[in-house]
Amino acid sequence: MSGLSQKGAADAPPISGLGAGRGRRLSLVGRAALVIVGFWVLIAVIGPFLAPYGESEFIEEDPSGEFYADPGFLPPSAQTPLGTDYLGRDVLSRVLYGARTTIGISLAATLMSYLVGITLGILAAVSRGIVDEALSRLNDAILSFPSLMLGLIFVAAIGTSVPLLIILAGIVAASSVFRIARALAYDVVVMDFVEAARARGEGKWWIVRREILPNVAMPLATDFGIRVVYVVIFISSLSFLGLGVQPPTADWGSMVRENLTGLSGGFSGGALACLAPALAIASLTVPINLIVDDLSAKGGKDIGRRMI
Amino acid sequence: MMWWLVLRRILIGLLLVWIVSVLVFVATQILPGDAAEIRLGRTATEETLAALRKQMGLDRPAVVQYGMWMSRLLSGDLGMSLAGGSSVASLISARIGNTLFMAGIVTAISVPLSIALGLLAAMHSGGWVERVITSCTLGLIALPDFLIAVLLILVLAVGAGLVPAVAYIGPEDTLIERLHALALPILTLVVVVSAQMIRMVRAGILNVLSSPYIEMAILKGVPRRRIILRHALLNAVGPTLNVIALNLAYLVSGVVVVETIFAYPGIAKLMIDAVQTRDMALVQACAMIFCSTYVLLMLAADIAAIVSNPRIRHPK
Repeated sequence: MSGLSQKGAADAPPISGLGAGRGRRLSLVGRAALVIVGFWVLIAVIGPFLAPYGESEFIEEDPSGEFYADPGFLPPSAQTPLGTDYLGRDVLSRVLYGARTTIGISLAATLMSYLVGITLGILAAVSRGIVDEALSRLNDAILSFPSLMLGLIFVAAIGTSVPLLIILAGIVAASSVFRIARALAYDVVVMDFVEAARARGEGKWWIVRREILPNVAMPLATDFGIRVVYVVIFISSLSFLGLGVQPPTADWGSMVRENLTGLSGGFSGGALACLAPALAIASLTVPINLIVDDLSAKGGKDIGRRMI
Repeated sequence: MMWWLVLRRILIGLLLVWIVSVLVFVATQILPGDAAEIRLGRTATEETLAALRKQMGLDRPAVVQYGMWMSRLLSGDLGMSLAGGSSVASLISARIGNTLFMAGIVTAISVPLSIALGLLAAMHSGGWVERVITSCTLGLIALPDFLIAVLLILVLAVGAGLVPAVAYIGPEDTLIERLHALALPILTLVVVVSAQMIRMVRAGILNVLSSPYIEMAILKGVPRRRIILRHALLNAVGPTLNVIALNLAYLVSGVVVVETIFAYPGIAKLMIDAVQTRDMALVQACAMIFCSTYVLLMLAADIAAIVSNPRIRHPK
């Protein structure tokens, strides 16, 4: 993209609705944020290969071969750059492994919420009538629960495991995706080009695939970031409460909880064991929010407000 | 017209509370399997199980069970907790005051604070004051509640040693001692709730500022401060009330996390413990309290919007 077209984009009146954010250039902050997010995604893939120790490997002896009396909450050293956690496991390794768990579960849950939310949202918008009414009211009922409460009730009833967590977070996030997808598709369905396609005798499936999906894809894509942040925070909060990812699997949320007692030890004690995973979460969610904010500010509307 | 709209919204709210109760019932009574088996444990014989099922009404159809559960709930009988055999009502009444005390103080601090900072940001629109406020709040929104708590513990309790990291309150503590013990949980919740509220108050006022009558006032040469305080603020009251009610509803989730971190004996901590031990009667009661509060606050937000906005009251 040349400087000229960027200027053109900046001078253009704010585009609202369809196609907002397309082909816009990120600010410096936005690009830095993108690099950080890319870094974490890379770590999620290759982290376990970089980790100096195993996910739940205990550090029992110091470099000279002496056994530790108590390997828990060791201070940072050349052997363990971020120290050890409350059981004497390497914090750096667990943060690297945790990236895979936290980001993997969150991405899977967000993808599921998009699959379910878009399918049902477009179904509601296209069929209208009783189907739309039923789906929308059911969705209102789900949204009338605080999401963390929904999670607690679900875990109390069924229990917790990684697949269950993905389904739970996917359902909770899908209700927001459904609302947006339905609203967007609702506007597209009444457009003249859809009317024309219908008059040509195109089938419903063809209209959805060729006319509606391309027109709702872009605004929904901008929303993806907000949804990911939401899911990461939701899953980390559940894990933090001890109801999400179960030990010994490394997960950023549960690592914060496990090592909460280390905080009182200060930085030479176990504070890093608690702080490192917490900061990892922040360094994932804050940059994603910055990117979304950047895109939406230039798109002329505050998508960030939809987080509500 | 307006009262009809408000009434309609109240009826929808009641309907939602009812749906919440059905979902809570289905999730906690029907899904987990046989409550009699859970209560008796592995040592149960077929006969004792059958007897207990009959006694608990588990042999009846689900709709009848729901009716019985609901009528007990409405008459104040919340059932017995698994742990220690004490009644759910006594467990909750012992702790609900603590949660309300904390939530009340958080509300009393965060509402005026958010309105003041939101106004400040709107008044200095485009300046560095606004930029600092909006970027700080944006960052805080993206952080999980427990991270803010961890950072505050590290700085204020461990680093500076000003306040305790565990919210222990004794039965004979004075108000000052209670506030001192609760300083960190309250501060955490204030930060969490205010960040969102400040942004929404600012957006609401800026929205009013872009309307034609404000442009008229600007063209007449009315000073900016006077425009905001005299012309814009009154019209922003409705949206702001709406924002406040919405954000207080988020306290429901925040309280759960904060009470867990600081080991504060409120009902949210009670509920987390109940979920872990699968103490269903207790989970049901707590879930009903939290979800109803949430629905009622949402209801209040909508009513504030209806009452304050003539355009909703009199649709064309």
